Amino acid sequence: MSHSAGHAPGSAVAELDNHLEMQFDDAEQQKETSSFGMWVFLVTEVMFFGGLFMAYLVYRSQYPQAFAIGSSQLNFKLGTANTVVLIFSSLTMALAVRAAQLGQKKALVWLLIATMILGAAFLGFKGIEYHEHILEGHVPGANFRYDTPGVSFAVAKEVVLFNILYFCMTGLHAFHMIVGLGLMLWLVIKAQKGAFTPAYNTPVELIGLYWHFVDLVWIYLYPLLYLIDRYHK
Amino acid sequence: MSTLTAQPLSPQPLAPELPANHYLNESHGLKSWLLTTDHKRIALLYMASITLMFAIGGIFAMLMRLELLTPPADLVSDDTYNKLFTMHGIIMVWFFLIPSIPTTLGNFLVPMMIGAKDLAFPKLNLMSWYLFNIGAVVTIYAILSGGVDGGWTFYTPLSTGYLNSHVVAAATGIFIAGFSSILTGLNFIVTTHRMRAPGMTWKRLPLFMWSNYATSVILVLATPVLAITLALVAVERLLHFGIFNPALGGDPVLFQHLFWFYSHPAVYIMILPAMGVISELISTFSRKRPFGYAYIAGSSIAIAAFGFVVWAHHMFVAGISVYAALVFSLMSYAVSLPSAVKVFNWTATLYKGSISYRTPLLYALGFLGLFTVGGMTGLFLAALGLDVHIHDTYFVVAHFHYIMVGGTIMAYLGGIHYWWPKISGRMYPEVWGRLSALLIFVGFNLTFFPQFILGYLGMPRRYHAYPPEFQVWHVLSTAGASILGVGYLLPLIYLTWSYKNSPVAGPNPWGASGLEWQTQSPPITHNFVTTPIVTREAYDYTGIPAPALAVRSEEEASTYVS
Ligand code: HEM
Ligand SMILES: [Cu+2]
Repeated sequence: MSHSAGHAPGSAVAELDNHLEMQFDDAEQQKETSSFGMWVFLVTEVMFFGGLFMAYLVYRSQYPQAFAIGSSQLNFKLGTANTVVLIFSSLTMALAVRAAQLGQKKALVWLLIATMILGAAFLGFKGIEYHEHILEGHVPGANFRYDTPGVSFAVAKEVVLFNILYFCMTGLHAFHMIVGLGLMLWLVIKAQKGAFTPAYNTPVELIGLYWHFVDLVWIYLYPLLYLIDRYHK
Repeated sequence: MSTLTAQPLSPQPLAPELPANHYLNESHGLKSWLLTTDHKRIALLYMASITLMFAIGGIFAMLMRLELLTPPADLVSDDTYNKLFTMHGIIMVWFFLIPSIPTTLGNFLVPMMIGAKDLAFPKLNLMSWYLFNIGAVVTIYAILSGGVDGGWTFYTPLSTGYLNSHVVAAATGIFIAGFSSILTGLNFIVTTHRMRAPGMTWKRLPLFMWSNYATSVILVLATPVLAITLALVAVERLLHFGIFNPALGGDPVLFQHLFWFYSHPAVYIMILPAMGVISELISTFSRKRPFGYAYIAGSSIAIAAFGFVVWAHHMFVAGISVYAALVFSLMSYAVSLPSAVKVFNWTATLYKGSISYRTPLLYALGFLGLFTVGGMTGLFLAALGLDVHIHDTYFVVAHFHYIMVGGTIMAYLGGIHYWWPKISGRMYPEVWGRLSALLIFVGFNLTFFPQFILGYLGMPRRYHAYPPEFQVWHVLSTAGASILGVGYLLPLIYLTWSYKNSPVAGPNPWGASGLEWQTQSPPITHNFVTTPIVTREAYDYTGIPAPALAVRSEEEASTYVS
């Protein structure tokens, strides 16, 4: 019984009513409810990643040496570049939300596309890194090499744990990025059709929140995975 | 809480008629149900799904009880028995108890109790039902294609390295159903915050709302942790990783921590909504504002909070440090305080109330007794020294069944009877209702009380054979289970029957005070003709006429019984 489809262009009020779902009294209630819903969803996401962070915490404190070795085997430069890329994508996303609020359709579309390009670049770099791991024999369960010079077999087994966590954490993060790109594609199509106005732009705002969250996860992953032992170098 | 504007508080006619338009006849056909976003219809969809799952889980239980009738293994092999208790546990915990009250009564009532037209996100609500069913189908696939064993707890490395059953499929099913829980919790939290009618302040919320709110907080915070943990189990099993396998450097105790970080709060997901139902029933059938409303409401929140810091009481013998065990033991004692607050408040509410012993109240009284026994034995288990003796015995089995089955299912059925007039527009048959409550209470105690004794005598859980001296207790338990089975079957039959044949209930057959009783039964699709404006405190019975129809069938009932 929700009627969000079939919007006839008209006054701002008429437009609002088109987007108002029946369970709400007015647009303001609808908007605040939606964004509150998104925040609660992000809390569940924190708990979801939280399980992995917990495992990381336990194993890193148990096997500090192995974690330092595993970390130093990662591609520090690509990881850092990706961090910069993501921070910029957060900037373009924030500007996109602003453009939506100001009703600048063109700017909105281009900023969303820019965000998508940055997101895709991140995934591309990540893909290159994964490819390197395969070539160098760092993939647990597939081709992990236990004969790295200077690393005993016992420690190598612990390095495997680091690599498992590395793949799980970055993999789950990359999955969230892909979902985000899909959502943004949808936004671009809607924005192109002029669906978002200063009065109604909740989807842009909510997906923006989601995107910032995914970036934030990376801001934690980056030092935890890449920087463990950097100060020795 | 109640309103003067929603509908006049006139006494309802003695022989009311069904309203012409309501949510059940608003549209027809399978499609109108499968695509509905009406919270009331989704509640009924959920009811159908979980009833089916309860039946499947119940069949496994009956098979186990039959096997245990005699000491040697005769009916099923050890392997099959392992699968039976595992699948029984998985189905009952994730596909019946966790969703039971929130997705049925909660879905139906949360918007109505706060004077809203629907939940905040109706489509998400429907999606939650679909996710639940997809999860259920995947789990049933795991069962049909050979089953799962190892216990509902998925302990590693047993589950990841040594079992030859469908662990990944079962974990996937639970993972998917988990997201349906998360969506329900999210929906309830947002609805409670944002959708309340004018005048419906937090202090005027019915206690059922408070307990569902607390439950939702747990659902949202704990379920994702279970999801990621089961995902890791699946990854470890599929890719032969050693995340939780000590042979490969992993830590099995970490798995237990993560699992119980969800699964202890999960027991409160099961009991908190039940407590909410009981608060409503006791208030209505003693026609009194619950004694210590604020304390009952606050204790729900306290239980949700404390519930997050006691999980390691499941791991006292798993090799955690003495200091950790000490702290978790103390915290477990602390969490029982808010539960006790509730029990005392309910009792005080009954005291000097004008009580009518209708079926819902009988269920509620049953709940009180069984929950108290279950909670007290929880304290036994939380005592470090004693737990070493009774851990992993039938004592534990009896403890949690007293709460999960004795508590939650009693409350669930009590609630179904109480709100049945609202859901269906008709009364349930009182005599049959009382009979079912009685059968379930007697059958339950006969099934599970002997298990306390068995456990204390040293009968370990999860075994299909046992020494002959335990047989008498097992026979009693199996006999009780048969009575219990009949008790559960009865409501299914007579409630279905009553849907067409019982007397029409009218809007407020109990003379109850909640907003949901201020609109017609069954309600219209958007619940209220106009958004109610709440001007009264919760549970204010002044001016609400005493139940007319209720009294009438009370007489019917007494002539029948005597
Ligand atoms: C309120 C609702 C409760 C429910 C639904 C519940 C449910 C359960 C379940 C399912 C288990 C067994 C888990 C397993 O090993 O498979 C269990 C064990 C346990 N419960 Fe409860 N419980 C509740 C309350 C309590 C309370 C209030 C306490 C303590 C004050 C408590 C203390 C324990 C302890 C210590 C164990 C572990 C026993 C052992 O394995 O040695 N429970 N409970
Ligand atoms: Cu527990």
